[in-house]
Amino acid sequence: MTGLGDTIVVTINLAAVTTVCLVVLATPLAWWLSRGSGLVRDMVTAVVALPVVLPPTVLGFYLLVAMGPNSPLMAVLQPFGIRTLNFSFAGLVIGSILYSLPFAVQPIRNAFEAIGARPFEVAATLRAAPWDAFWSVALPQARKGFLTAALLVFAHTVGEFGVVLMIGGAIPGKTEVVSIRIFQLVEQLNFAGAHLLAGGLMVFAFAVLLALLVIERRIGRAARD
Amino acid sequence: MIEVSLTGVTGGFTLEAAFSIPAQGVTAVWGPSGSGKTTLLRAIAGLTRFNGRVMVDGAIWQDGAQFVPVHQRRVGYVFQEPSLLSHLSVQGNLDYARYRSGASVDFDRIVAQTGIEDLLGRGVAKLSGGERQRVAMARTLLSAPQLLLMDEPLSSLDAEAKAGLVPVIAAIGKTVPVLYVSHDAFEIERLADRVLRLSKGRLIDVPELDFAAEVEGLSEAELKALARAALKAGIRV
Repeated sequence: MTGLGDTIVVTINLAAVTTVCLVVLATPLAWWLSRGSGLVRDMVTAVVALPVVLPPTVLGFYLLVAMGPNSPLMAVLQPFGIRTLNFSFAGLVIGSILYSLPFAVQPIRNAFEAIGARPFEVAATLRAAPWDAFWSVALPQARKGFLTAALLVFAHTVGEFGVVLMIGGAIPGKTEVVSIRIFQLVEQLNFAGAHLLAGGLMVFAFAVLLALLVIERRIGRAARD
Repeated sequence: MIEVSLTGVTGGFTLEAAFSIPAQGVTAVWGPSGSGKTTLLRAIAGLTRFNGRVMVDGAIWQDGAQFVPVHQRRVGYVFQEPSLLSHLSVQGNLDYARYRSGASVDFDRIVAQTGIEDLLGRGVAKLSGGERQRVAMARTLLSAPQLLLMDEPLSSLDAEAKAGLVPVIAAIGKTVPVLYVSHDAFEIERLADRVLRLSKGRLIDVPELDFAAEVEGLSEAELKALARAALKAGIRV
C-alpha cells in the first residue's frame, strides 16, 4: 500500500488543526450562548446544531459551491491569488470546523452554564473585572467542558467521511484521509488492508472515549479534594 | 458615614430603604425572611441594580449620574453559603483577593484573626461549613473593603461553628464597618452596635418598633435579647 503513511499524517494533521481552531472559535460563541436566552440565541443554537442532523453530503455540497471559483466568497480571496479552496487542505479544515462545530460548542456551553452566577458575583466583589473573571473563573471552572470538546472534535474529525470526500476529492498525500482510504480499499476488494485501517480506527475511537471517561473522573475527584 | 437611599422593585415587593450610619462597628439588618434583607445588601454591593444613592466614606458608589460597577466598589461580601472558588485551594482563594485588592493588607494578621492558619494548604471541598465561612471572611478582608456586607453568614452552620465565629465577626467589626443581615436575635444582641429593621422592603424606624406586635412567633428569650440589643444601641422600645 503506497502512501498510507501520508494518509495517516493528513488525517492527524486535519484533526489537530481543526481541534485547535474549533476550541478557539467555539469558546466566545459558547460563552455568549451561555449568558442569556432569547430567540436570537435559539436560532444560533439551531444553526450550530445543524451538522448533527444534516447528511454530510448536504454540508459538503454547499461548501463545494461556496469555496468554488465562481462563488462570491472566493471573489474576496481572488486578489490574493486564491481561486478556490476545494481540494485543498485549508478547504478541508474549514469543512471540518463547520462539521464538528456542535461537538465543540455544546460541551463548552454546558460547562459555562454549570458554573452559575455566584462565582462571578464572588469574583466581582473581589475586584475582578468581567474580562479578568472570564480568564480566572470561567475558563478554569469549565476545563472539563474544554477537554470533552477537544477530544470529541478530534475523534469526530478523524471519523468524518462525507464532507471530506465532497470537498477534498481524496488526493493522496493532500486531502485523502483514513476513512476515504478504507472506502477505496473495499472498492478494490483489498479486505486485508481495509481490516487493518478499520480496526485501527476502532481501537483509536475506543481509546479516545475511554480517555474521556477516565480524565473526567480524575477532574471530578480533584475538584472534591 | 455610610449613606444609602435605594428604591427598586424586585420579586413581589418594592424595596425602599434610606439610612445613614457611621462607618464603624456592626450594624445589624434585621427582619423576617422575605423582608428584603438580602436584596438590600445586593443593591448596596451593586449586584442588583436599583435606583438611588450609595455613598461610603465620601466615595460615591452610585447616584443619579453614575453607577460604579461591583468590581470597582471597595465592597466586601460574605454570602449566606460560603462561596469559595472551587477550582482554587484555600491559599488560592486568599491570593485571588489579595492580588486584586490594590491595597496593602496584612495577610498574616487576617489569617490569624480568622483562625485559618492550618487550612492554607487544603482544598476547599473538604473543609467544614464553619471553616469555609472563615476562609470566605478572610478572603473578603484581604480585598481591603471599605464596607463589609454579611448575609446571614452563620445561618447554615451548626451551633458549635456559630459560637466559634461570633467573636471573629465581632473583632472584624472593630476594624471594618459591617452591615450584618440576620434574623437571629441572639446574634444581633451579641454583635450589633445598631439595628436596622426591615419589613416588607421598608425600613422601620426602630424607635417606633412595637416588639410585641412585630415579632410574633419569637420566644420570650429572643424578645429579651432583641430588647437588650436595642437598649445597648440607645433605642427606646
